[in-house]
Amino acid sequence: MTQEINQIWVYLSASPLLGLTVTLLAYQGAFWIYQRSGCNPLANPVLIAVSVLVLFLTLTATSYETYFAGAQFVHFLLGPATVALAIPLYMQLKRVRSMLLPVVAGLLAGSLTAIASAVLVARLFDASTSTQLSLAPKSVTTPIAMGIAERIGGIPSLTAVLVIVTGILGAVGARTVFDAMQVRDPAIRGFAIGIASHGIGTARAFQVSEQSGAFAALAMGMNGALTALLVPGVAGWLIVI
Amino acid sequence: MLSALTQLLLFQLAGEVIARGLALPIPGPVLGMLFLFVALVIKGGPDKELQGTGLTLLQHLSLLFVPAGTGIMVHLHRVADEWLPLLLSLLISTLATLVVTALVMKLCQRTPATGEAS
Repeated sequence: MTQEINQIWVYLSASPLLGLTVTLLAYQGAFWIYQRSGCNPLANPVLIAVSVLVLFLTLTATSYETYFAGAQFVHFLLGPATVALAIPLYMQLKRVRSMLLPVVAGLLAGSLTAIASAVLVARLFDASTSTQLSLAPKSVTTPIAMGIAERIGGIPSLTAVLVIVTGILGAVGARTVFDAMQVRDPAIRGFAIGIASHGIGTARAFQVSEQSGAFAALAMGMNGALTALLVPGVAGWLIVI
Repeated sequence: MLSALTQLLLFQLAGEVIARGLALPIPGPVLGMLFLFVALVIKGGPDKELQGTGLTLLQHLSLLFVPAGTGIMVHLHRVADEWLPLLLSLLISTLATLVVTALVMKLCQRTPATGEAS
């Protein structure tokens, strides 16, 4: 009996089915907890799902590569989902037009702050150069950030993790920060969270309101493009000085 | 759903081809988003199917970050070695970015030049 179970496990753990199924299960469980908590930002579904999965993979001695062979099907959907962000953006076109100046100014200021402060703080606390470079694109969405990290000599898979943590921090903390600053406009709240914490922040913003979500999507898209342009120059310069 | 998914993939493909072909620093999916946006403006909005599928996909956006996030298990060593600079950098930088972006936008919105002062 034990041997049979063992054989089934050997087969399953080598097939993509398991990685894909546990990802969906962990996320649905995490989302259920998130909803039960009244959408409390501390119960962030990505945070819970990732913790559960790391625990599961460690306990079953499954490598990340084996897991990712299945989970890549979910990961792949980031591409079409990024394209789909054009839809809520279009639906908010009127509001975006009326806020052109704040949007452009917020984008420039936020994008530079995200890159420079991440690199400088890490440097101040003696992080290695490759860690500093991996941190530079941490505020943009995973596929973009990984591409940037690769080009400037960071570690793409480390960047992916830093991006996710940044997203969770923003999604968890934004409400408190905005309330303390007395920023109430859902457009500004959404845009700032999109700049600071990309897709995870955007996902959170959509759960709060459609308008916040659309502005977060706009910010995430624009910041992805701008950061790709800025990081090679800015991060290179910050590391040399 | 099928035609909507095909449309999204086609726009992504166009974005990838052009970004790589012209060696642009902008990632393919972001360019694809830009193309779809322009197409929506020209067409005057998404069809029902595209809107439904697109918004469903975005509703579960957080799920799509889970596989990459689980990659933290590969980097536990580096994270353990450099946890203090990493933690402080992420915390301070995320907070600073939220505050600076919101503040700059608030200030710009008050400028009479926008004509949208509230």
